[in-house]
Amino acid sequence: MKIEVLTVDSARTAVLEKQVTATALVDAFYQKIEAEDPAIGAYLTLCKDRAHRQAERVDTLADKGDALPPLAGVPIAIKDVLTTKGVRTTAGSKILDNFIAPYDATAVARLETAGAIVLGKTNCDEFAMGSSNENSGFHPVKNPRDHSRVPGGSSGGSAAVIAAGTAVASLGSDTGGSIRQPGAFCGVVGLKPTYGRVSRYGLIAFASSLDHVGPFGKTVKDVALILQHMAGRDPLDSTSANLPVPNYTEQIGEPVKGLKIGVPKEYFGEGLDPEVRAAVEAGIQELAKAGCEIVSVSLPHTEYAIPTYYLIATAEASSNLARFDGVRYGVRAKEAKTLAEMYRKTRDAGFGTEVKRRIMLGTYALSAGYYDDYYLKAQRVHSLLARDFDEAFTKVDAIVTPTTPTPAFKLGEKTDDPLAMYLADIYTVTANLVGVPGITVPCGKSKEGLPIGLQILGKHFDEATVLRTAHVVEHAIASSATLD
Amino acid sequence: MVSEKDVSYVADLAHLELTAEERARMLKDLNSILGYIERLNQLDTTNVEPMAQVVSRYGVSKDSTGSEAFAYTMRPDELRPSLPHDEAMSNAPQTDGTFFKVPKVIER
Repeated sequence: MKIEVLTVDSARTAVLEKQVTATALVDAFYQKIEAEDPAIGAYLTLCKDRAHRQAERVDTLADKGDALPPLAGVPIAIKDVLTTKGVRTTAGSKILDNFIAPYDATAVARLETAGAIVLGKTNCDEFAMGSSNENSGFHPVKNPRDHSRVPGGSSGGSAAVIAAGTAVASLGSDTGGSIRQPGAFCGVVGLKPTYGRVSRYGLIAFASSLDHVGPFGKTVKDVALILQHMAGRDPLDSTSANLPVPNYTEQIGEPVKGLKIGVPKEYFGEGLDPEVRAAVEAGIQELAKAGCEIVSVSLPHTEYAIPTYYLIATAEASSNLARFDGVRYGVRAKEAKTLAEMYRKTRDAGFGTEVKRRIMLGTYALSAGYYDDYYLKAQRVHSLLARDFDEAFTKVDAIVTPTTPTPAFKLGEKTDDPLAMYLADIYTVTANLVGVPGITVPCGKSKEGLPIGLQILGKHFDEATVLRTAHVVEHAIASSATLD
Repeated sequence: MVSEKDVSYVADLAHLELTAEERARMLKDLNSILGYIERLNQLDTTNVEPMAQVVSRYGVSKDSTGSEAFAYTMRPDELRPSLPHDEAMSNAPQTDGTFFKVPKVIER
C-alpha cells in the first residue's frame, strides 16, 4: 500500500474493508516517519503507545464486525500547541521542554473519539509566533517540496507532514495565517474555521481573541471531514459558538453556479509576485467557468491590518505568556536567590528571541501612557476592518485572494528582519481579526515548481460555501495538471 | 521613539532580564515595528467604537443583548470534579508534596 497517497476517506475504507489493520497502518506510518522525517524535521514527539492503543481499539471493533466510527484508523498529527494527555507538549518552546500535559485539547479528544489515531506532535514556531517555522525552540522544518525553503509557519510541521505523506491529516492553529500560509507554501489544503467554530480548550494561548484550531489535508474533502468531527459547542471554551454544525461534506460537489465571488483589489497590489497573481487569476477564471459571478469589491482598510494585528496579538500574548514563570510547570532556571530573579532567569533562558520581542512590544503597547495611542487605537481600527467585511459580504458570498504574496522563501532569508517576516502574513491576518473562515487550496506552481495557494474567505459560520468553492478550484487545477 | 530607558522599564514589567546585546537589538526592532505601526494614525477613529473581540459581534443570537446573549456559557452552580491535586502538581519544578515551592519572596 502506498501510504503517502492515502486520504481520510481511503484510509478509513482500507481499514473498514480489512485491506489493512489499523495497527499495520500505524506501523507503516512510523516506518516512513523514521526513514524520512529526520531530513524534514516535522515531528517533535511521537506517541507510539497511545497510537497503538487506539489502533487496537479500532481493530477490535473491526474484528467484531461492529460499526466503525467515522474516522476509524485515520493517522493524524497534532501541532504541538495542542495539549495531549500524558504526551510531551512543548508549544515549540524550550520553556516547556519537559511538559507532560495533564489533559487533552477538545479538538484532539473529539477526533480520537471519532476513531482517528494520533501519531505524534508536530514542530512549530515557538508559541505559534512566526511565519517560517525558524522560530522553533528545537529545530527548523524544511519544506518537503524544496528542502532549501521554509515550510511556512507557524504550523510548519503540520503542513509538512501532509506534503511529505507522513500523516493523512493534521491539526494546526492559526492566529494570523499560521494554517493558511504554510498550507500554501507546502501545496496542501489548510482551513481556518470561523472564530468559535472549534473549541480552543487545550490550545496553548498566544492571542486568545485571534487563535483558531483548524485542519490540514491533501484534499478539500479531507479538511471538511476533520472539521466535521471537531466542530461545535464546547462548555470548556466560553467563546465556542452555540450554533449547530452543518454537514460539510454533503455540500462539496454541489454546483456553484450563481455564487457571487468577490475579488478585492487591495489584495492584488504592490508586493504580489507576478506568478502568484497569474495562478490566482487563473483560479478565479475557473470559478467563472463554473458559473460563479465574479464581482470586484473593496476592503479599503487592508493596509492597516498588519499594524493592527501586531498590536492586538502582542498585547494579548504579553498577558497570556505571563503564566510561564517556572512555578507550576515547565523548566525553571536554577540558582536564583529570590522569586523575582527566578522569574527573570527562567523566562530569559526559556523564551526565544521572537517571543521576547512580542512580549516586549505587547507590554509596551499596554503600558501606562501608551495604552490609548496603541492598543485602543488598534481596537478602533479593528472595528473598521470588520466593517469592510460586513460591507463586502452584503454583495458577495465569498472572497478570493492570494494566500501569500510569494511562494515559499529560502531558509534564513527573512530571519534578520522581523518586519519583513510579518509582511508574509499580509493577506491572512485580517480573517483572524474579523473572525471569518478562510481556506488555502493549491492553485498551481511557480516556474521553479513551488506551490501557490489561493485563499477563499467566507461569511461567519459559512465554512460550507468556502469548502464548496475551494473544491471547484481543486478540481479544475487537478484536471489541468493532468492535461499537462 | 522607544529609548533605552523604555526598554529597561518594559523588560522589568515583563519579567525579562535581557542581555546587553538583546537590549540593543530590542531597541532597534521595537522602533522599526512601531515606526510601521505609526500608519494607523493616518486614520481618524474619533467616532469609531473599539472592538475587543468578534464574539460579541457575530455568532450570538441577535434577539438578546449584553450578558443575556451569553447566558448559554453559564453552567449550573454545582460541584464537579476538577483536575486531581497530584496531576495538577505533576509538572511542577519543585513542590513540598502539597504546595508549589519557590525561592524566597521577601528580600531583607
